[in-house]
Formats: sequence, structure tokens, C-alpha cells
Amino acid sequence: MAYTIEGKTGTWEAVIGLEVHAQVVAQAKLFSGAATEFGAEANTQVSLVDAAFPGMLPVLNRHCVEQAIRTGLGLKAAINRYSVFERKNYFYPDLPQGYQISQFAHPIVGTGTIVLDMPDGTSRSVGIERLHLEQDSGKSLHDQDPRRSFIDLNRSGVALMEIVSKPDMRSPEEVGAYLRKLRSILRYLGTCDGNMDEGSMRCDANVSVRHAGEEYRTRAEIKNVNSVRFVMQAIEYEARRQVDVYESGGKVVQETRLFDSRNGETRPMRSKELAHDYRYFPDPDLLPLELDEADIERIRASLPELPDEKKARFITDYGLSPYDAGVLVAEKENAAYYEAAVGDAKGRDQKAIANWVMGDLFAALNRTGRDVTDSPVTPENLARLVELIADATISGRTAKEVFEAMVETGKDPGTIVAEKGLRQITDTGALEAAIDGVIAANAEKAAEVRAGKDRMLGWFVGQVMKATGGKGNPALVNELLRKKLAP
Amino acid sequence: MSAASATKLTELDIAAARAGLARGDFSSVALTEAHIRAMEAARGLNAFVVETPERALEQARASDERRRRKEPARRLDGIPLAIKDLFCTQGVQTTAGSHILEGFIPGYESTVTAKLWDAGAVMLGKTNLDEFAMGSSNATSYFGPVKNPWRRADNKDLVPGGSSGGSAAAVAARIALGALGTDTGGSIRQPAAFCGIVGIKPTYGRVSRWGTVAFASSLDQAGPMTRTVRDSALMLGVISGHDPKDSTSSPLPVPDFEAALGGDLKGLKVGIPKEYRVDGMSAEIDALWKRGIAWLEAAGARAVEVSLPHTSYALPTYYIVAPAEASSNLARYDGVRYGLRVPGESVDELYQNTRGSGFGREVRRRILIGTYVLSAGYYDAYYVKAQQIRTLIGEDFRKAFETVDVMLTPTSPSVAFAIGEKMDDPIAMYLNDVFTVPTNLAGLPGISVPAGLDGSGLPLGLQIVGRPFDEATVFKAAAALEQAAAFTTRPTMLRGA
Repeated sequence: MAYTIEGKTGTWEAVIGLEVHAQVVAQAKLFSGAATEFGAEANTQVSLVDAAFPGMLPVLNRHCVEQAIRTGLGLKAAINRYSVFERKNYFYPDLPQGYQISQFAHPIVGTGTIVLDMPDGTSRSVGIERLHLEQDSGKSLHDQDPRRSFIDLNRSGVALMEIVSKPDMRSPEEVGAYLRKLRSILRYLGTCDGNMDEGSMRCDANVSVRHAGEEYRTRAEIKNVNSVRFVMQAIEYEARRQVDVYESGGKVVQETRLFDSRNGETRPMRSKELAHDYRYFPDPDLLPLELDEADIERIRASLPELPDEKKARFITDYGLSPYDAGVLVAEKENAAYYEAAVGDAKGRDQKAIANWVMGDLFAALNRTGRDVTDSPVTPENLARLVELIADATISGRTAKEVFEAMVETGKDPGTIVAEKGLRQITDTGALEAAIDGVIAANAEKAAEVRAGKDRMLGWFVGQVMKATGGKGNPALVNELLRKKLAP
Repeated sequence: MSAASATKLTELDIAAARAGLARGDFSSVALTEAHIRAMEAARGLNAFVVETPERALEQARASDERRRRKEPARRLDGIPLAIKDLFCTQGVQTTAGSHILEGFIPGYESTVTAKLWDAGAVMLGKTNLDEFAMGSSNATSYFGPVKNPWRRADNKDLVPGGSSGGSAAAVAARIALGALGTDTGGSIRQPAAFCGIVGIKPTYGRVSRWGTVAFASSLDQAGPMTRTVRDSALMLGVISGHDPKDSTSSPLPVPDFEAALGGDLKGLKVGIPKEYRVDGMSAEIDALWKRGIAWLEAAGARAVEVSLPHTSYALPTYYIVAPAEASSNLARYDGVRYGLRVPGESVDELYQNTRGSGFGREVRRRILIGTYVLSAGYYDAYYVKAQQIRTLIGEDFRKAFETVDVMLTPTSPSVAFAIGEKMDDPIAMYLNDVFTVPTNLAGLPGISVPAGLDGSGLPLGLQIVGRPFDEATVFKAAAALEQAAAFTTRPTMLRGA
């Protein structure tokens, strides 16, 4: 099961840690009042602070601090009552201040844990090293003019949480599970929208390889990969590359590498000679951030039920398998849909509803490009559909047809069943008449069944269903046939 | 108005001008015109980078109009002031004395200047300064040195001190009734001493830094420069107070500083820090210091010797902390968004060309020092160590202030020197700040009061240092010192005028 790389000199394992930059959901930037809307026209969301005009000073956005605390609590992490904003100094045109305000020696959040839900239904823990708040930079636009580069400062100063994992992951699959789980937690908390394609969640991966049981070897950092799939690909490539380097007698150098999604390769970004000395020091424009225990507790009390707790509850309360529960809770909107469908009513088949949600509903939403919050099939209607099966109003097979009609029309299943005349025949008299007709028309075969050829019974069920236009209750048909064809 | 009475208007102090305006003896326009003429007549001092006479007259007319409408007088209604060119002023060029900001016109007004205009004050212009406030002579300005209105017997042009040299010269030369300066290591108090005027650096956090071009953020404070202690108390009252736009500004209420003035000093304990008797301090300054002690004792105070054991580390500590912060604060002047841009073939060349020609020698020196002390491998040995010593210096003061209420020291170890002197010896130049720097490191209020003349006829200042946010007591002691010193000598330039 474990992910390994087979080389000429033996078996290698990958050691992976991630640094995720998650954009904080907030109306304003980390240190200025400018707006943070995605996709706005260039340089329209910029204050004098973001553009680093002379004499401008940062003022900490308390909402962003609360969001970081929320996230820390959601990651079961220690919240540091004392943290410090520092300046990370370097020159770049999209960094107007000439420094990024970040946290270095004293981050706002310390160590925590993320539980990964693996595809085989098992779980494993990955440590969180720290979470700190920092400013985003602006964006350099190199494709607007043949000779010049342009700068868009809309993103300059937007609040980011850098979430650093411990080097606890050992396979691309675990990395994928980590990113999906982290995204899920952030979305539950409402602290980051988790949209990797809009850049509101970005990922750097630290990768090294080793023989099992060895100390860590030199790592390479792969920067700014913008989808879960690409991160997994990049790691797979990089681990293999490092094994090849070692096995051909070379040494892996500590460097920053870029992932090229076109050919699936990583290549070095900056040479060691150009390595920055960031000259971190505490930002004298900002006081150290000191938090009240009471504030932390107030935020803790306002936390929603998180995926892990919800999953556990789904397993106990609804009797779902860990895998099913994991799938349903991954997106809180899906979980909410499921719970609305299950409702309070006893007797609803909770497993059947889960199967409908994960199977036909997800497929239909996918096909129609709609969101679960905007589903044509309401949770109530889905629950009613399952009830119609349970009380034998329709058969499972008819239900698929009813469901498709629900997707198309948005009507409730009762109406569809009535309009289309799909109600199951459970009237014994009507079914007996149909059965008698079939037996009469196939006397020879009936005799064979009576003589002990049980296998033929299925054929009779099919014939009766055909005769009732598929509306005969299959269980009842079976039962009546057994009686009538009894030896 | 005759030339004679116009001259008289420029001889008033702020309190007297305020009273005259209130009585209707003269208008703000007349007062302002008198100062504009003085400004024009004294252009040889090079005290201003930009003169704003039209704006001054407009503000003066507005003030007179308010009086005509019998609106309640504002605290500085109709008073012409000069503003150090480190404060961003909306629509008026703001250079910080640097080529790199030449032509920069802010679209915003610093908090402290906005408070002055709200209080009815009139802006005469923006005063010259050491580039980015880095200097003790005003000789590092891109716009040329400022001349001190005082001269010694050899008649050489003297420096006004720095970095608020233009502000000090303007107030001493009766061009402005008062001026705004900034003080990072002594930049208000040392030029005040060199020019024979009063200047106070308030407690760190007392005034907002928003809109003031930053030199060293943990040390910078704005403050008034005036000809009397009362005027400084009045001006400081106007510019003080919490600003939500500056996280380091204090939420403490601002007392009525003027009300603290007057009365004797009975019960006041004055600390005399023994470590301030530095090698090479002139006998004249030592004698003045002793006179100051006697004056305060005569006013009812009791002088006691105190110890500030880490004093000798203050200057080296300052010259690590201030350049470190400056190296980062000045990174924004990169030629990309505003100010000077000298193009290049690559973005690195653009930076090098712009910053290489935009910054002067002293600024580049301090950026290099600051970059060095923050660099990997040197950070712990320099920056971290300096921060630790800074804490110890603060502790020294805290302990001393358990037994005394204020301290008395000389402001500067020397009098004004000639333009060109000490220029090639940065260490000698840095020694100018030896008595003023510790209070910046400790964040304490310090005021310089003109207290006498040296043998060559140049002014000397004494400094009162107080507890954090206790400017009221500082002013009270300073007023007693002022009264006893009875410093009435006018700058050489004005004599016989």
C-alpha cells in the first residue's frame, strides 16, 4: 500500500511537507481599508498604504486576526497569545513597500493536526507546524507590452494565512488528501474560499527522498502550484528526479523549483547565488499582537461543527460507513443537503438517502453543472422518493426514471408518479389475474417449475412485470408466483 | 501698515500674537504678510525648500473672516508657522530634503499638520532639513545647507543644527512664530539649542506619525519649535492625541500643557545624570549645566545625582537601530510609483540608477549600515544586541525616575559649528546627539531651552527630560529654567535691524 519509488539501489520513500497560502475571507486588506474583490479592474482596489506612499502606516485588520484564530482552532492548534509582525525585506516592483509584513519568530498559531481521509476509508494524521498572517504582494504583468512590465496592486496587502505542515506526508495521494481536507476545513470555517484556480489557495511543496528509516535528506521547494492534481504530479516527478540524482552519484541541492504543467516537470527557479537575505526584523509600525483568552474562547464557542466531528456523527447517527461519511462531509453544502434529506423523521432509510446523494444526485449535478445549493431536486423531494421506494409505491427501477424527471422538472416525486401512472401494482387481485394469465399461456414451463425447476421462477417474474408494464411490486409478484407454482 | 510695525509683528511670540489677534490689534493677514516679507528678506538662510505665501494669505484671510463672524477663536487661529519638509502636505511638494522625492506632491495631509490647520494655523512654507532627517547639521539636504542666523566672531556661516535646521533657523530669524520639526535622535532639540530657541520632542506615541515621511519608525516623533516654552506647550497641545491611523500613537488623554506652566518648583526632584559628564565636553557647557541646577534649586526644586549606567552605549545602539529601520523604510523609494525615476535596461538597473542618484551620501551610508546590521550572520551581534541594550537604557531611566521627577542635562556637547566642519568625520558628527539620543531610545519627552551664550557669543541649550507622557512637568520645569535664564539675545543677523 505504501507509496515507494523503486530504484537501482533499493526502495525509496518520499518525505513531503506543504506550505499553503490561503487568502483570508475579509472585506478589507490586512493593513488597509482597501477592498479585496477578485477580478476587479487593475489598480482599482489600492489604498495609499498598499501603494506604499511616503508616511503611510499599516493598521491591523482585527477581522483577519479573528479569521486566523478561527482557522487555528479548526486545525486543533495552539493559539499564541503573543505574536509579532515582522518585515521581510526584498526588492520587487510588485512589492511597493520593499518589504512584506509577515510573521516570523512569533506566529499567531502554533502546532496542530489535520486528519486525512484516505480513499480506502482509513485515516491518518499530519502535523501542522504553524500558521501565520502575512500580506500578499501585487502582480507583475509581463504580457501587456513587448518592452515593459505593468504592475497591478489590487492584491497588494491582501491578508494571507501561511499554513505550514510538518514533513509528515509520504505520497502524492496523502498530499491530495491533505489539500482537500485543509480546503474543506477552511470552507467550513469560512476563513478561505479555497479556490485554487482564483489563486485564493496556493501551495508550495517541500520534497525530499530517503531510504526508510534514514534521517531526512536535502529538500527542494516547488513553488506556487495551482491545483491539487498538479501538486501531486509535481511531487511524483520531483521524488523520481531526486532518486535518479542520488542513484547516478549526484547530490540534491536545496533550491526552489518551478512546476511546468505542460510537460509535468520541475526545474530550478533561482540559483543559490541569488538567494535572498530577507533581513527579518519586527515591524516598528505595529505593536506586538496580544490576544485575550476571553477573545479566543469567544471565537472557539462560535466554531461550526467541523468535518471530522460531522463525519463521526454521521457514522454513529446514520450508520454510514467511514468512507461514505467522509465523502458526504467533505463539502459542508453536501453534508447540509444530506442532513436536510434525512430530516428528523424516523424510518427514513439513511443509507439509501446517502447512496442517492452520492450516486444519482452528484452525477445529475455534475451533468447539469449545478451546485448542490441550487439542486433541482430538493432534499425533501429526494427523501420522498426514497420513501416511495420504501413503502412500495414504486420500485427501485421506476425510481431512477422518477428521479430523472425530478432533475428535469423540479417536481416532487409523488406528482411525477401520479402524472406518469408509475404507481406500483400492489393489489393482490390485479396481480393474481396477471399471474394466472402468464401461467395459463405458459403451462409447460409452469409444470417444470412445479416439478422443482426453481430457476425458471425468475423468468415468470419477468413475464409478469412485462404484463404489468413494470408496475407490479416485484416482492409481491415473487410471493404470489411461489404460491401458485408451488409443487 | 508701516515697515516698523511689521517688524514688530514678527517679534511677537505665539501667545502675544494670539492675544493681539483676539484684541483686534492687527489682522492675521497683517501678521502673515509681515512674516512673508521676513521670509523673502531672509532667503539667504536657505531655510525653506518651498514657500507658500498664497496659501498662507488664504488661510490668514479665512482666519480673519472667522473672527469677523465672531466664531470662537481656534487655538492657533491666524498664527503663521513653518513646516519641516518631512510632513506630507496636500497639494504642496514634499521632498524630505531628497532628490528622490523632488517634485512629489502628496494628495494627503499628515495628521499633525492637519491638526494645525484645523486649529486655524497658517502655513508659510516647507522648511529645509537634512535628507530624510539624517543629520545634525542640515548639510545633507539635496536643496543645500541652511545658514544659522547666529554668527561667531570670525563671521563664518554656521550650521543651524539638524535635522530640523530650516525650522530652527526660521523661528530664530523671526520668519515664523513657530515651526514643526521632527526628532529621531535630537533633530528638534539640537537645532533648537544651536539657534537659541525652544524645542520639544514629546513622548513616543504622543503625536501621530501618519503622513510624516518615516526615518526610524520606533524613534520618530514630531514636535514644536518656538521662541518660548509657553508657545511649545500650546503647539504640542494642538498636535497631540491618539490617531487610529497610527498603531503606535497613544490613546492617553492630552492634558492642558499651558495650564501646567508657572508657579515654583517646590517638591520637584531634578536628577543630574552623572554619566552625562562626557569626555571632551567644554568647560563652558559644564558651567552652564551647573548654572541650570542652581536656577532650578532657586525655584524650589531639589537636585540629586542619578545614574544612567548604560549611557555610553546609547549612541552606538542608536546608530544600529535607526539605520536598520531606515534601510527598510526607504526601500519604497524605488522609482516605480512616484518621485525620481532613472531608467535602466532591467528592473535591477532601474533600482540602482534611481536610488544611486536619488539618495545622497549620508542616506546611502545609513542604508548600508542598516542593511548590514540586519543581514544574516550579523543580526544577532548587532540588531538583537542593540535591542537588548535599548531595553537596558529604558530600564536605567525607569529606575532613576523612581526617585526624581525630571532630569537636567545639556542639550548638545558643543555650540553651532561652521558649515563644512565635521563633514568628513561622521563619528564626530554623530557625537552631536550624545545627550539627546538616550531619550529617543527610551521614548521619553525632552525639551531644549536656550540658557546662555558661550564665549564666542553662540547660544547654548539645556535639556529637561521627563517621565513618559509627563510633558506637563517637563514644561513646568522648562518654564522655570526659561525664566531664570532670561535669554533675550537676538540672533546676530537681526541685531541692528
